[in-house]
Amino acid sequence: MGRLRTITRRTFLIGSAAIAGGVVFGTYLAKRPIKNPLLSDLQEGEAAITPYVQIEANGVTLITPRADKGQGAYSMQAQLIAEELDIDPATAKLSPGMPGPAYYNGTVLEESVPFPAYDQSAMAENVRKFMHVPAKILAMQITGGSSTVPDGFVKLRMAGAIARETLKEAAAQQSGITRDQLKTEDGVVVFPDGTRVPYTELASAAAGIEPVTEVELRPQSDWKFLGKPVQRIDMPAKCTGTEKYGIDISIEGMVHAAVRANPGLGAKVESFDASVAESMRGVHKVLPVENGVAVIADNTWRAWRAVDAIDIKWAAGPYPASTHEVFAEIEKVVNSEEHRDHRQRDEGDVTAALDEGDVFEALYKVPYLAHAPMEPMNAIVKVTDDQCEIWTGTQIPLFVRDHAAEMTGLDKDKVFVYVQPMGGSFGHKLEDTHVLQAVEIAQALKGTAVKLVWSREEDMTHDYLRPGAVAKGRGTVVDGKVEAFDLSVGQSALLPDWFGRLMGMNIPGPDATITTGSWDQPFAIPNYRVTGYRAPAMVPISSWRSVGASGNGFFHDSLLDELIHKAGADPLAERIRLCLDDTSRKVLEKVGEISGWNGPFISENRGRGVAFCLSFGVPAAIVTEVTRTDAGLKIDKVYVVVDVGDVLDPINLEAQVFGGVIFGMAHAMNCETTFENHAAQQDNYHAYEGMRLYQVPEFEIVALNNAEKIRGIGEPGVPPAAPSLGNAIFAATGQRIRELPFNKHIDFV
Amino acid sequence: MEITVNDTSYTIDVEPEMPLLWVLRDELGITGPKYGCGIAQCGACTVHVNGYAVRSCQLAVGDLGDSKVKTIEGLGTPDSLHMVQESWIEHQVAQCGYCQSGQIMQAASLLSTTPNPTDDQIDAAMSGNLCRCGTYPRIRTAVKAAAKKLQEV
Repeated sequence: MGRLRTITRRTFLIGSAAIAGGVVFGTYLAKRPIKNPLLSDLQEGEAAITPYVQIEANGVTLITPRADKGQGAYSMQAQLIAEELDIDPATAKLSPGMPGPAYYNGTVLEESVPFPAYDQSAMAENVRKFMHVPAKILAMQITGGSSTVPDGFVKLRMAGAIARETLKEAAAQQSGITRDQLKTEDGVVVFPDGTRVPYTELASAAAGIEPVTEVELRPQSDWKFLGKPVQRIDMPAKCTGTEKYGIDISIEGMVHAAVRANPGLGAKVESFDASVAESMRGVHKVLPVENGVAVIADNTWRAWRAVDAIDIKWAAGPYPASTHEVFAEIEKVVNSEEHRDHRQRDEGDVTAALDEGDVFEALYKVPYLAHAPMEPMNAIVKVTDDQCEIWTGTQIPLFVRDHAAEMTGLDKDKVFVYVQPMGGSFGHKLEDTHVLQAVEIAQALKGTAVKLVWSREEDMTHDYLRPGAVAKGRGTVVDGKVEAFDLSVGQSALLPDWFGRLMGMNIPGPDATITTGSWDQPFAIPNYRVTGYRAPAMVPISSWRSVGASGNGFFHDSLLDELIHKAGADPLAERIRLCLDDTSRKVLEKVGEISGWNGPFISENRGRGVAFCLSFGVPAAIVTEVTRTDAGLKIDKVYVVVDVGDVLDPINLEAQVFGGVIFGMAHAMNCETTFENHAAQQDNYHAYEGMRLYQVPEFEIVALNNAEKIRGIGEPGVPPAAPSLGNAIFAATGQRIRELPFNKHIDFV
Repeated sequence: MEITVNDTSYTIDVEPEMPLLWVLRDELGITGPKYGCGIAQCGACTVHVNGYAVRSCQLAVGDLGDSKVKTIEGLGTPDSLHMVQESWIEHQVAQCGYCQSGQIMQAASLLSTTPNPTDDQIDAAMSGNLCRCGTYPRIRTAVKAAAKKLQEV
């Protein structure tokens, strides 16, 4: 390919990338266009009209840069591009592409603004838009925060439309027929006389012209894939054992590694004796790694057996040794002015209201939680003098690249991260400790590919957890109504922990995650206050499916439910009365309608609980029905109503909703990660069971579309799940459980 | 040592105590059966041994004798699906999909011995298979639909 053409094309691709990425933000860095990463290794006759569409002689590839950890992101992104490109996504090749700044996630930081999601005033919207600037400058190619759909909704359809119109323009220039006379369908340009020219035959011509960037997106009424029940593209592979996850990959000549790192996270190895391990069959080598010891062997099982045989003396972990001590530190900061982190909600006069009335007080607690996806952490890394290649499932490919570059001393563009489908994540793969261990080992074995797989035990004892938290709730009721609501939440700060590890940055200012899901709820209570208190950094913590809202949803809604019961009001009617946001109110009303709500009492030993949480911009309401039996509590039926704006993929939406609710309830029923001697005690599924098929309730799910903005649904089902179950337990048994997991106080059948 | 997997016979040189799962995955490159826990708590590694669902992480390869092993790859392929797989696709069961090889092998085993299972029988047979994504409601539906399909054959 000639240099002139490369430059020309790069110029126009920059143009389309700038449009695809959206907007001008008023700062130089954010205005600077990002080059199309597909251009660097195009072959003659291939076109990459936007960073999301690559056309070769033998087919069309749709680039889906948001990682798929089970939530259906690949299918969703492909459908968005294909809707405008006019191609059946099932006939295209999908590829996550190579990580690049062009794929930054503009939406992911929107959640951190100090405006509740229901506030869509000009000021709130401007601040949200401004959050795209750091996301772009920091090249945050991140999958998380239920943002794949909101971030890609316009961007990916624009990418498809630009590609389509450019292909038509290429056909027009070749034929002399004007572009507006041409049509497209199923991957071909159709001429007025019915002649059909496949996109693949136009790739070469399209690569040589200016792209058509003046395009209009089709109205919803013309959609062919979006909003319709479609099959997920990965379904046949996942039902035949042919989907290749990171853990399934083999590289020519690779060796297998196992690691045992200090269960006191972040602490060193004092000494180790590997004499037994070194003599075991298949073992090539034992070597020290950061905070641990690694074994290289000829298969996974031999590597694991050998690492078990190493006698290691650990230094003590750099945080309190037991859960008991950790929670004592958290409880200390609640309502301590010196530890106040932020107060983003303070309406009426809470202090005065609490002075007057008969004050209700309660203490709530949520545990630290592991992610425990079914596929444990793994990575294959091959380092040579010239480059570093990495095969792994990750939500943060650019951070992985940068960290590996730093470790190996290679330039960033000599580090290649091949992102693999993930067997679950729930936020686990927003971290890369395991990848860096593999890089460290691979550097010691230059030229040989090293496959590192964490055992389940290594995975669950080296997780950066969902933070534990404590909340003190207070309130009063007057004339059958909730009059004052005061919630004080204590937790270690999450963003400094995570950003510190990923970017080596100190994040100043408040940590929003401490009260996400409680300060920002759409209720009008006369005296209403939510305050976050910062506990010291202790056990390392990280994100987790709905993270801040997963604990705060339980705190906020449990306290509200208790106050409503104290007022003698109906739990659903009082929530509806207090609700100040139309979209949210309709969600509450709808869940009442589909569940046939007529109060929390159903019959003797049967009750129902309602809960609500607005998270990631999505109002979600749940009614859970339970029965008390002699053997324990049975969850009978769960009704869920959400509002994500327009539903793009109804089948997958339903799956994400019941999946999220089950995830929330499963952990609330019986999961916690506790510490003794600095080490996590729950190291496998026998001690971290979650929900089993026999416990799964019947579901009824409705998605309303009153919301103005389109939203993602991977997480919003989680936060209201635990409180709806807790409120239902109270309705059926009279027992109010304020501490998770519930099975500390009640059995489930 | 010789073992038979999906009607193919393989000669392997491994310790007899090596779990079948790791023989399949690392020695034979058959990666449909997944590692999830290593202690028979999740069922992701489920295969059929002489037609019955077995946790391959707990079966020492030396104990296999001349038993026949079938993995998800031997149950059906994308071009020639087993009825259970067909039903799984129709009901869009998988999310991350990592546990589904095991779920499908467990369901196929259940239906081969109990062609028309009751809800309680489905619960009893399938509750050893963990799914962290929470695909359970559709697993239940797909098992029932597969049972119906198999009876119509």
